[in-house]
Amino acid sequence: MAAPMDTLKSHESGSDGLSIRLEFSGGAELLFDKIKKHDITLDTSNGSNWNIRRLISWIKDNLLKERPELFVQNNTVRPGILVLVNDADWELVGELDYNLQADDRIVFISTLHGG
Amino acid sequence: MPVSCRLCGGSAILKRPKTGDALCKDCFFSAFEAEIHQTILDAELFKKGERVAVGASGGKDSTVLAYIMKLLNERHDYGLDIVLLSVDEGITGYRDDSLETVKRNQMQYDLPLKIVSYEELYGWTMDAIVKQIGLKSNCTFCGVFRRQALDRGALLVKADKIVTGHNADDIAETVIMNVLRGDVARLRRCTAITTGADGALPRCKPFKYTYEKEIVMYAYFKKLDYFSTECIYSPNAYRGHARTYLKDLEKIRPSSIIDIIHSGESLSIKKDVKMPTQGTCTRCGYISSRPLCKACVLLEGLNKGLPKLGIGKEHKERKKLALLQAQSFNQTIEPATSANVTTESSTPSSSSIAGANTVPQRIDF
Ligand SMILES: [Zn+2]
Ligand SMILES: [Zn+2]
Ligand SMILES: [Zn+2]
Repeated sequence: MAAPMDTLKSHESGSDGLSIRLEFSGGAELLFDKIKKHDITLDTSNGSNWNIRRLISWIKDNLLKERPELFVQNNTVRPGILVLVNDADWELVGELDYNLQADDRIVFISTLHGG
Repeated sequence: MPVSCRLCGGSAILKRPKTGDALCKDCFFSAFEAEIHQTILDAELFKKGERVAVGASGGKDSTVLAYIMKLLNERHDYGLDIVLLSVDEGITGYRDDSLETVKRNQMQYDLPLKIVSYEELYGWTMDAIVKQIGLKSNCTFCGVFRRQALDRGALLVKADKIVTGHNADDIAETVIMNVLRGDVARLRRCTAITTGADGALPRCKPFKYTYEKEIVMYAYFKKLDYFSTECIYSPNAYRGHARTYLKDLEKIRPSSIIDIIHSGESLSIKKDVKMPTQGTCTRCGYISSRPLCKACVLLEGLNKGLPKLGIGKEHKERKKLALLQAQSFNQTIEPATSANVTTESSTPSSSSIAGANTVPQRIDF
């Protein structure tokens, strides 16, 4: 596997956006050029909130490299992909409605790849 | 704002799919481990002194299984002799990485490891098979050969039992598939926690009631090292649909998975339903309802240059084969005696398991 631990800087930090870290594993990284960690900055210039629903659609438009249907379905993650927010099950923090905070770490783990 | 653990009040990290309980990391670890221990006790899976082969693929389920077996064996003094057993199908780039993972697990968990190769067992690597037959139906080979490989490997390491990482999701998915196919014989068998106990090498599933979500979360929080990929040869589309359906159900109601397993368990089969009689393969001794087991049919096809034998349009290929056999009858190139391991005679190492092959095996889902 080619450098799975590499971190991709999608946006330059320094602007006053919302900076968070995304991680993909369990095979989900295969849909993101095998890059597991992505530090991203989300645009907050229009003042609106970023929740996970909006994040998922942002990921689909900006990060997904191939076969988006294996990651996003019906505006949420495909069933079978686990989501953790700062190392806690997203089911505990409101799932799609969780409002992202600066420096949050969101982890997506596929359970759908070879066992 | 953080949700607190139902048991200790600490900060919760997981909502359990089975119960809906929010648990902290430590309470989750203990609950997860205790439930598997309880499953092992309730089903009396092991006896002291047994040698148990863990079918290790380097994937999440078998990696967690190896870790848990080692942990519970020490914690509760099962007295088991645990061996990691891996199959190398000979798929370039696929097992290479996953076998590396298994080798790391061997060191991390300090367990002995045996790798059996298709080359050694069948005289064919998967790559060679694909070269012969193309990409279309090779997962038939994958599946059939893989099942037997684990049994044959387990006999090589003199194991008393095989444990596999099949989890509740896998079993529920198999129940669905067997219902859809009307496969009554497999439906009855697939929910059993142990299969093959009648004379063959038993196979157990300690994760029968363990949700995939929890296995993955356990691996994540324990930082267990596993490998995830799709088989580079086409995945089983039918199983894929069953999986998607199951995951959709789980999303709506997490208990669906256990409910489906319970449904499978409580479906009773009327006495007068005709079940296929299980005989043994005349060539290798593996359990089979036909004179030749599926693996031997596939191998025969490969070795005779008729690789489609045993897949799909069987009659046509069988006719071709019969024709070939008639032609070569007088030439006696091949000592085609029954109850002999003729298909494997090309590899020197296979002679060592010729004896082992006469032990009846069960093909489980
Ligand atoms: Zn707790
Ligand atoms: Zn395959
Ligand atoms: Zn056979």
